[in-house]
Amino acid sequence: MISKDQVAHVAELARLSFTDAELEHFTTQLDQIIAMEHALAEVPTDGVAPTTQLTDTENVFRADVPVTDGPSRDELLQNVPESKDGLIKVPSIIDKGEADA
Amino acid sequence: MNFETTIGLEVHVELKTKTKMFSPSPVAYGAEANVNTNVIDWGFPGVLPSVNHEAYRLGIMVALALHAEVTKETHFDRKNYFYPDNPKAYQITQFEQPLARNGWLEIEVNGVKKKIGIEEMHVEEDAGKNTHGDDGYSYVDLNRQGTPLIEIVSKADMNSPEEAYAYLEQLRKTIQFTGASDVKMEEGSMRVDTNISIRPIGADKLGTKAELKNLNSFNHVRLGLAYEEKRQAEVLMSGGQIRPETRRFDEASGETILMRVKEGSDDYRYFPEPDLPPFSISDDWINEIAGQIPEMPEKRRARYVNELGIPEYDAGILTDTKEMSDFFEEAITDGADPKLASNWLMGEVNAYLNANKLDLAQTQLTPANLATMIQLIKDGTISSKIAKKVFQETIKKGTEPKAWVESKGLVQESDPTVLTPIITAILDDNQQSIEDFKNGKDRAVGFLVGQIMKQTHGKANPKVVNQILMGELNKR
Repeated sequence: MISKDQVAHVAELARLSFTDAELEHFTTQLDQIIAMEHALAEVPTDGVAPTTQLTDTENVFRADVPVTDGPSRDELLQNVPESKDGLIKVPSIIDKGEADA
Repeated sequence: MNFETTIGLEVHVELKTKTKMFSPSPVAYGAEANVNTNVIDWGFPGVLPSVNHEAYRLGIMVALALHAEVTKETHFDRKNYFYPDNPKAYQITQFEQPLARNGWLEIEVNGVKKKIGIEEMHVEEDAGKNTHGDDGYSYVDLNRQGTPLIEIVSKADMNSPEEAYAYLEQLRKTIQFTGASDVKMEEGSMRVDTNISIRPIGADKLGTKAELKNLNSFNHVRLGLAYEEKRQAEVLMSGGQIRPETRRFDEASGETILMRVKEGSDDYRYFPEPDLPPFSISDDWINEIAGQIPEMPEKRRARYVNELGIPEYDAGILTDTKEMSDFFEEAITDGADPKLASNWLMGEVNAYLNANKLDLAQTQLTPANLATMIQLIKDGTISSKIAKKVFQETIKKGTEPKAWVESKGLVQESDPTVLTPIITAILDDNQQSIEDFKNGKDRAVGFLVGQIMKQTHGKANPKVVNQILMGELNKR
């Protein structure tokens, strides 16, 4: 069972805000999704290594050579709601502190 | 009640590559906003990351220099968080299988040596840069987004702010000598977060730790930790409890200020990065990189003392930066006397760099020119007084000393057949000084030397002048 508090917490981590009715709604939905996933727990996986990707490749490195033939800065900035002097303009984040690197 | 302090440090170091960790965008400090970005850095739908080979190689080099064990089977993980400086809403890092584990560094505080353990180190990508406008908005520059970082997590082995300081100095020096990073705190290529807790002496369990951020210099680390030691003791003494919180150091007041109560590791919802295949690091590659590591400062220092006869203290200063150490060695290869080269670098050169706030590389001085100048002094071609003029000329303009000295007529006059007639003429004109000398007034000699120097425009070799003058005086 997932609780409404847990859903509210995950929403907060994703910087989403919901009304109480929406939280109820998503809690019920997420609960059903998790219950469905629990069916997988019946499959015996002892001694099976976790699958993290499906390409069946290993050690794929890229050489340290700059590539600059993509869209320009100004083209990329066309995809943001607002920009100023080449910077992306976003709501103030001064109170939240720096994120961890 | 007496407390003991426990400190652990997390240090982020930018790796010196041409491109980003997971995208081929160029890495450059100080470029125009958002110019060095591409669709991968912006987290556009459908883009795929790729791992920079050079960044991983430099990471292994740092690991080996820190005596750590390189992890053979590894993969990358996603660390999820929402913040405008990272548009894809996760950072690619190594969480489960870091690049290397179990390293150490040796520090020395007040003559006591101590090994500080390193828990693990991993490569990851940096975030972009936010600036906060006074118009109620923030502004994001993604140039730094994706820059390769190595995060080095120490064990909680340090027990004082001084030990933390010494560890950082040693770490900076070691990494700088590998050439893997510039490790400059003022340019952000080295960043330090600290964890500090205190507990009553003899207690089994460590105290609750606080994290300290926003430390812009090693000195701030030391000051911030010292403040935090005191603050935590005061809280505990007055019956309070330490909360697990993130605090920042305020430069103006010298205090630490609460930023936020920490998010738990679970909140980052780590999971293996599905867009990158796993990596199997071969012994061959590790050995190859081990063979490429430049000689470390401790070894150089010992060699300077034992083979070149440089005093221990001087050898320590010469090996403080790779730049200085490499310069010194090149000057010797170019024929400079090691002791004289050491004296010049520690004396005039360092004074010049400090006075002008420059790095050696920002001056015009070359090892070859320093070597030539030292040779000119050593063989008596120029006096030490003239050498100071030559030094200013060559460090400012890169002028070749030998040709310059000759063209400017600054070559020292050491020929007795030229100097003797000048000296005898001056003696003839200064009978009073000769009498003063005979009456034991040493000052008379100084006066006469001054007259000779004036006559020769400062070019007379003082040693030769002195010999001839004393001989002539005693004859009279």
